[in-house]
Amino acid sequence: MSDLTKMSAAQLAKAIADKEASAVEVATAHLDRIDAVDERVHAFLHVDREGALAAAAKVDAGEVSGPLAGVPIAVKDVIATKGVPTTAASKILEGWRPPYDATLVERLRVAGTVMLGKTNMDEFAMGSSTEYSAYGPTNNPWDLGRIPGGSGGGSAAALAAYEAPLAIGTDTGGSIRQPGAVTGTVGAKPTYGGTSRYGLIAFSSSLDTPGPCARNVEDAALLHSVIAGHDPRDSTSIDQPVPDVIGAARLGAGGDLSGVKLGVVKEFAGDGSEPGVLSAFHESLEALVKLGAEIVEVSCPHFQYALPAYYLIAPSEASSNLARFDGVRYGLRTGDDGSRSLEEVMSLTREAGFGPEVKRRIILGTYALSSGYYDAYYGQAQKVRTLITRDFEAAWQKADVLVSPTTPFVAFPFGSRTSDPYQMYLADLFTIPTNLYGGPAISVPCGLSEGLPVGFQVMAPTMADDRMYRVAAALESAVGTLTPPTLEASA
Amino acid sequence: MTTTALPSYEDAVSRYEPVIGLETHVELGTATKMFCGCRTDFGAEPNTQVCPVCLGLPGALPVANRAGIEATIRIGLALNCDIAEWCRMARKNYFYPDMPKNFQTSQYDEPLCVDGYVDVEVGGKSYRIGIERVHLEEDTGKTLHVGGATGRIHGATESLVDYNRAGIPLVEIVTKPVPGLGALAPEVAKAYVAELRDIIRSLGVSDVRMEQGSLRCDVNTSLNKPGEEWGTRTETKNVNSLRSVERAVRSEIIRQSGLLDQGTRIFQETRHFQETTGDTRSGRSKETATDYRYFPEPDLVPIAPDPAWVAELKAALPEKPSSKRARLREEWGISETDMESVANAGAVELIEETIAAGSSPAGARKWWMGELARRANETGVELSAVGATPAQVAALQKLVDEGKLNDKLARQVLEGVVAGEGDPAAVMTARGLEVVSDTGALTKAVDDAIAANPDIAAKIRDGKVAAAGALVGAVMKTTRGQADAKTVRDLILERLGAS
Repeated sequence: MSDLTKMSAAQLAKAIADKEASAVEVATAHLDRIDAVDERVHAFLHVDREGALAAAAKVDAGEVSGPLAGVPIAVKDVIATKGVPTTAASKILEGWRPPYDATLVERLRVAGTVMLGKTNMDEFAMGSSTEYSAYGPTNNPWDLGRIPGGSGGGSAAALAAYEAPLAIGTDTGGSIRQPGAVTGTVGAKPTYGGTSRYGLIAFSSSLDTPGPCARNVEDAALLHSVIAGHDPRDSTSIDQPVPDVIGAARLGAGGDLSGVKLGVVKEFAGDGSEPGVLSAFHESLEALVKLGAEIVEVSCPHFQYALPAYYLIAPSEASSNLARFDGVRYGLRTGDDGSRSLEEVMSLTREAGFGPEVKRRIILGTYALSSGYYDAYYGQAQKVRTLITRDFEAAWQKADVLVSPTTPFVAFPFGSRTSDPYQMYLADLFTIPTNLYGGPAISVPCGLSEGLPVGFQVMAPTMADDRMYRVAAALESAVGTLTPPTLEASA
Repeated sequence: MTTTALPSYEDAVSRYEPVIGLETHVELGTATKMFCGCRTDFGAEPNTQVCPVCLGLPGALPVANRAGIEATIRIGLALNCDIAEWCRMARKNYFYPDMPKNFQTSQYDEPLCVDGYVDVEVGGKSYRIGIERVHLEEDTGKTLHVGGATGRIHGATESLVDYNRAGIPLVEIVTKPVPGLGALAPEVAKAYVAELRDIIRSLGVSDVRMEQGSLRCDVNTSLNKPGEEWGTRTETKNVNSLRSVERAVRSEIIRQSGLLDQGTRIFQETRHFQETTGDTRSGRSKETATDYRYFPEPDLVPIAPDPAWVAELKAALPEKPSSKRARLREEWGISETDMESVANAGAVELIEETIAAGSSPAGARKWWMGELARRANETGVELSAVGATPAQVAALQKLVDEGKLNDKLARQVLEGVVAGEGDPAAVMTARGLEVVSDTGALTKAVDDAIAANPDIAAKIRDGKVAAAGALVGAVMKTTRGQADAKTVRDLILERLGAS
């Protein structure tokens, strides 16, 4: 058997099903890899060795079957896992063990996956670098001095460091796709409502979307089809059949894109992207044309307002969603010495428990919703959201999918953007419009710039998630997957 | 503290015109909560009817209970409202420990039902109360402060929170401002709440018990001089009975007129009704400054009731309590004023059910409006919670009709029934209250009375039958009231050969 940690999820599932490897062996190999490298990568906030081995043993005993039986997976720490610490990388939830499982965690169990642990992220998924994790950043396996993207940097880095073949992320403004791009992995944001939010600790309810992370497109599709589908516990969940993403990925891998129209957004051209990112993107376009695709230019005039609209809507919802963290029922409680009032204890708890970026967004959102400002800020942002949706709908008249670089720049060094929040926010310039619209989008590696991975984004109409998988798989077949440097030699 | 004497109510309403408005919260009687599957049983052990959703645990999401939406629409229809074709829930954001998410899922500028009315009758005249809106929201938990002297948060050493109530569906019914009622404002306010209660009870969507908090009322009152603009209103909370509604409006009218007389301006504030004194006291004034930062609840899809469904619900509404009362008034043969008292006492259904259980209309009305209404008033509970059921009252009246109880004994039996001693027959036997119908014992008592009062006996023999009253009294005394007065009288006349 070759190195189990280098195999894809599809290969592992087959090997386990064919009894070429046991699920316990597979889990152990990944847990050992975590032991060996995670001190340097810091992708995990919590490793559940015991739980993973128990779940793997059940697979080996034939008690659990399913399409991904025995395949290890890492889950972003913003997803509730019963009995397993869930902090959203915040001090305010330190030590909290949820009494229930998120819907997607239940589905992962039914599918036979083996959860290795919980991955690092920006606190409450607010950030693009994991530098806002209350437990320290994750280091990019391509260059340990650089950010792995965010908020789901832990999930993406775990894949790139071969600590897990699959991971779960959540995407509110790009938190699956941008980490995928800067770590050379695949990250897909499904249609909003296509995957259940039940058990996902809310950042921005109208935008949050859980989705799959993997090292290749087919694996992402396999994971996507396991977690997607209607959930009666989530009112915003869509009650429609899941698009055939696996079939689409396999079709795309065949390398034929005849008749597929790729829309290039005029307004994204030269919008602050690094030259290396732009050249990798254009080379990818040429590769896709060679596979039969047709390039059309589309205009989305309101995309330029996406970033400001997002930074009103997301913080507004966050200011309300995060109100429940007050020290009364669970998590951190500070200053309850018997002399202080309830209000003081709540204030001290929130003062001590939230990090700077979370506080910044709570304040932004509280202001945007306050009486007298609502119409000018939140109300106006909702109008922009409608206009962006119309831009997308107009674009679908001309193109089957829209394509762009995933993020304007490759992995940047730690500390280079934390002093100016706006510079950090720019990382999500190309990913945010999709969140405001609610459609699906995927990031797939498309080459290197100065030795660091570049991501290619494919956006599709709502509930047409299959389309983006087809194009992404075709690109992958043309440019290949990226192999990150091994970490064995260092330290 | 003001040292000036307050004006009398009559004086106040002769110089100022009150404008009232009422906000009523009705706890719906759905089997499960509004946004999760938890039970809603009243009086369960604290924090036993909770789950991740109603505790607001991180990651948990609400899903709307269709039964709650249906009940709200039916209330709206019964109040002659328009039903929204599309509306959304909203988040009302504020920090309070009995609110698990620190926001209440409610409705803001898109209520489910708008623009209705209720007609109420007072003193034979009809008054139309406009309904501004009927909206759906969730209830909060309950906080209990222990260790302090007052039971309030001030001075308490610990605060306990029970989240059983958190997430139970609440319907808020807001009236338009009602001017022009003059001195009748308190009575009309009370009649409105009674009418609302009867309507909602007839829909079967809530048990609408003020004493259990399933019907809660806030009363807004303002005063202005005739011809001038409306004054600043105060909102009085903690109004927990029909009688308190009336008292609260009345006391606010007196209090505000006293201030206005002195030239003091009225502050827009929340006041609390004091059951013991009947007046209102200032609550937290900062509440008016709270910015709730309402915005549409993103975790719930909009509510878009199918117009065909709404039409179906409308067609299936039960008989209106007011038309039902008109019908029953005919059947029972009572005056409009009497019917109004019955309605105001919340006795319509009780009397109806008592009659259905076999009582005469007069008998049923007599007990509910007499003895039982008096007890309900004394103990401050709703008539329906007084401790006797319609079946028991019917059984009591039957015992009277059969001559086993006289009026006085029946009242004693009823006392036993209310005290929980059992059904009327059981109480009668246990307490030994049956009318003395043993003719032997009664004849002896009559003969004793005749022997002890020879002068009176002589008068009766001489044909002065009216004198028998004195002997009846004597017999009733020796039988400790357990004889039927008419039987005794007949027996006396018979023994004296005067019949």
